[in-house]
Amino acid sequence: MEWRIESDAPIYSQLAKQIRIGIVSGEYEPGAKLPSVRDLALAAGVNPNTMQRAMTQLEREGLVFPQRTAGRFVTDDAQLIAQARQTLAREQAEAFLTAMNSLGYRHEEILSLVTAMVEEDGHGST
Amino acid sequence: MAVLECNGLSKRYGSAVALDGVALKAEPGRLLGLLGPNGSGKTTLIKIACGLLQPSSGTVSIAGKTPGVETKKLVSYLPDRMCLPRHMSAQQLLNMYADFYEDFDEQRAGELLTRLDVRPELRVRQMSKGTQEKVQLVLTMARRAKLYLLDEPIGGVDPATRDFIIDTIMNNYAQDAAVVISTHLISEVERILDDVVFIDRGRIVMAGEADDVRERSGKSVNDLFREVFRC
Repeated sequence: MEWRIESDAPIYSQLAKQIRIGIVSGEYEPGAKLPSVRDLALAAGVNPNTMQRAMTQLEREGLVFPQRTAGRFVTDDAQLIAQARQTLAREQAEAFLTAMNSLGYRHEEILSLVTAMVEEDGHGST
Repeated sequence: MAVLECNGLSKRYGSAVALDGVALKAEPGRLLGLLGPNGSGKTTLIKIACGLLQPSSGTVSIAGKTPGVETKKLVSYLPDRMCLPRHMSAQQLLNMYADFYEDFDEQRAGELLTRLDVRPELRVRQMSKGTQEKVQLVLTMARRAKLYLLDEPIGGVDPATRDFIIDTIMNNYAQDAAVVISTHLISEVERILDDVVFIDRGRIVMAGEADDVRERSGKSVNDLFREVFRC
């Protein structure tokens, strides 16, 4: 995983978000074991305490769960993962709409632009 | 119990006030950034915690003890300037540290020096400034101490050396040890700090968890520092 961290927002929430994206995208598969906090922290170049805090948040959300002595695992609850995926998608869409509004685009213009782009791109992705 | 705790700590050099009623705690397993501009009192605070200076008033305790002979066993100190004898070789330095400190992990230090490509027979005066700083840091972090006091560990070295130093700090302290890093190069250490303390003209002006500071201010610790200490 390629870690991208900005300094102007809490680091633990950025880490949690990136792991969440890893889970909904399937990079971390349902039910799979996650690398240790120490290894993840090392890879991201952050303090293990900060990575621990990110994990605690993901545990609260139910996306990962600890198993005594065996480490931490990704949930195999497909519905929960689908929900997280939708939340992330909404966030992206909201940010996109805000950016387009600031350019003066109205909703129908945005829709026709996006529709045109999706059609152009139609062969590539599903 | 906090590994390092200061209360009402003051230090005057004649009429000059270096520290003025400082209260501070460093907790085990955490990395504390002591952040302030030049002349803010960072080095004075660290030297008092090492037992190298006596406070004018107030108290300091290291794992419940007053700085002295006993606490020197618990504290590993990196001074803000080179203090290694220039005629000594890397191997002689390892021997000296192993001789001085019961908690010195000679094997660990040797491995780190090998990673740095420092040959055992290389003398301090033959090393570049960056290498000297790295060697001094390796010796400091190879102790299994309870408290690491690092005074400007990344001052005056190139970015690649900084990365080595920061990784070495992060990977070499135990869960029951605390690390205090004094620096004004905040963007370099921003990602690894658990807690931050801003010190200005001998007073603590702000303290808290780094992520809470970012959450509250919507700014990086680095940007907030610039704002607080704007000239």
